[in-house]
Amino acid sequence: MSMIFGVPVAVLSGQLLIGVINGAFYALLSLGLAVIFGLLKIINFAHGAMYMLGAMVTVIMFDAMGVNYWVALFLAPVLVGVFGMLIEYFLLRRIAGQDHIYSLLLTFGAALMIQGILTNIYGVSGLRYSIPDLFKGGVNLGFMFLPYYRAWVIAVALVVCFGTWFMIEKTKLGAYLRAGTEDAQLMQGFGINVPLLISLTYGFGVMLAAFAGVLAAPIYSVTPVMGSHILIVVFAVVVIGGMGSIGGAIITGVLMGVIEGLTKTFYPPASSAVIFLVMVVVLMFRPAGLFGKEA
Amino acid sequence: MNETVKQTDIQKAILEQQQSEHRKKMILNGVLLVLLVLAPLVMYPVFLMKILCFALFAVAFNLLLGYTGLLSFGHAAFLATGGYTTGYLLSNVPWLTTELGILAGTLMATALGFGFALLSIRRQGIYFAMVTLALAQLVFFFFVQSSFTGGEDGMQGIPRGELFGLIDLNDNLNLYYFILAVFLGCYLLVQRTVGSPFGQVLNAIKQNEPRAISLGYNVNRYKILAFVISAALAGLAGSMKAVVFQLASLNDAHWHTSGEVILMTLVGGAGTLLGPVVGATFVVNVEYQLAQGPLRDWVDPILGGIFVLTVIAFRSGIVGEIQKFMRKNLS
Repeated sequence: MSMIFGVPVAVLSGQLLIGVINGAFYALLSLGLAVIFGLLKIINFAHGAMYMLGAMVTVIMFDAMGVNYWVALFLAPVLVGVFGMLIEYFLLRRIAGQDHIYSLLLTFGAALMIQGILTNIYGVSGLRYSIPDLFKGGVNLGFMFLPYYRAWVIAVALVVCFGTWFMIEKTKLGAYLRAGTEDAQLMQGFGINVPLLISLTYGFGVMLAAFAGVLAAPIYSVTPVMGSHILIVVFAVVVIGGMGSIGGAIITGVLMGVIEGLTKTFYPPASSAVIFLVMVVVLMFRPAGLFGKEA
Repeated sequence: MNETVKQTDIQKAILEQQQSEHRKKMILNGVLLVLLVLAPLVMYPVFLMKILCFALFAVAFNLLLGYTGLLSFGHAAFLATGGYTTGYLLSNVPWLTTELGILAGTLMATALGFGFALLSIRRQGIYFAMVTLALAQLVFFFFVQSSFTGGEDGMQGIPRGELFGLIDLNDNLNLYYFILAVFLGCYLLVQRTVGSPFGQVLNAIKQNEPRAISLGYNVNRYKILAFVISAALAGLAGSMKAVVFQLASLNDAHWHTSGEVILMTLVGGAGTLLGPVVGATFVVNVEYQLAQGPLRDWVDPILGGIFVLTVIAFRSGIVGEIQKFMRKNLS
């Protein structure tokens, strides 16, 4: 069997694949965070909880009503997105204009509530959800085995990421969004409903998180605490990429997944910490992040 | 002529008011002190010590959030570092007296705080919060991987030892009065710091950082110093906590602990001296009472709810709201 740096190719490429998949989730989640932060200046501490809700809703809908994966892929993000908009409307809106710190604390409290309530109902042991029939099995690429579902996750995550970037940076709606955050009063003067725009943006960011949750349901263990750890990693990803940079969030997300996968191959004990180490190094040399502009 | 008379009158009135306020404060502080000294006669000392440790933790945190305007989301790292260092030394170095062990834990947390500050101080607001959070997570993983921490079980059976080699701290009352003394010392230190010219500069940074810079202050140096003091006191709280419970656990390093100290400070009143103490007392009591009753599984959601409610409805916290009320109605 061929080796690279003393590691079998199959092991290395297997870890790389896991890295790219994790990276796809990091990218989707940090993208949502970056959209919410970049446009609303809200640090959404509830992002992990929304990701978890996406996965939980998928499993619960399947168990209770037999809703299949394809419907859930659409329905779960919409439901969670509406839930997010309710949080925005009833809670976040009340502290608009206050120090941004308060939005962080508010969403932190909300995340504690959501996670705690679901933990009481469903416990912390994982719920089971199987891979949709269409994606069972995989293909042997010669040097490694590629499960179809994982290939699907990577492909769809990339499409969604690129689509979001395109919508915000290149379309008219995106221009409205960016302008609304630049000067809300002026935009309102032009007859644009800025509060609605804000609700929709928050809802959209939350939808992205929930969408990642649905994608994760068949391959990760679905528990009420699944969002709690990944959230901190995603924060680090956003800091590394540069806050508010949407393209930066996507690229850094995938990159960090790969780096994590490589570390797991060559020096496993450091694998859970490596992203934070990268963050420290980046902060020393580029405090605004790799793709951020110096504030 | 007339105007100078008015001026002196006004000055006199202000002085008198300040004196009467000062007197009121002294009376309040005296009453609180007596209560703290007598408390172990009616309450379980270990529970009181837990409150004191968390109160010190929150007081330390408040120096940053309340008086410098920096939200650190990584203070759990200092609490845990203090606890683990003290625990490790007291367990493994037989000749070390307890106060030296606590001192060593505090110093370790201080050094860590300096490192945190250097890396994070150039970022502001929520950026600062996220950087400190990620750094603390790095520390958390270090403790998870290290064998000396005892992993999930934590570091158990830390000996309480003897204070100065003389006073037996296995006696709960002895330990209580030692911790009370340290707590009061730190409280006075923070009070003094906040009132000092240094504290005034911190306040200026909180109010308007660009202005403080334009006045010629080296803002980053002030912020780093404030951060280091805060980290040191948080480490001290962790060290004492390890001695009280004879246990240092991963829980202390988890980011939920960083969230908890924010909650304590916010509920009590950020930017008030007594606020964090009241907040810590409140939160520790709520957790304890809930754990006893039928709602024992609902601690997290209830704390989350308190968090949301505090942020939305009374951001000044318990002490802050009382102060507002008194200012409005009693003067």
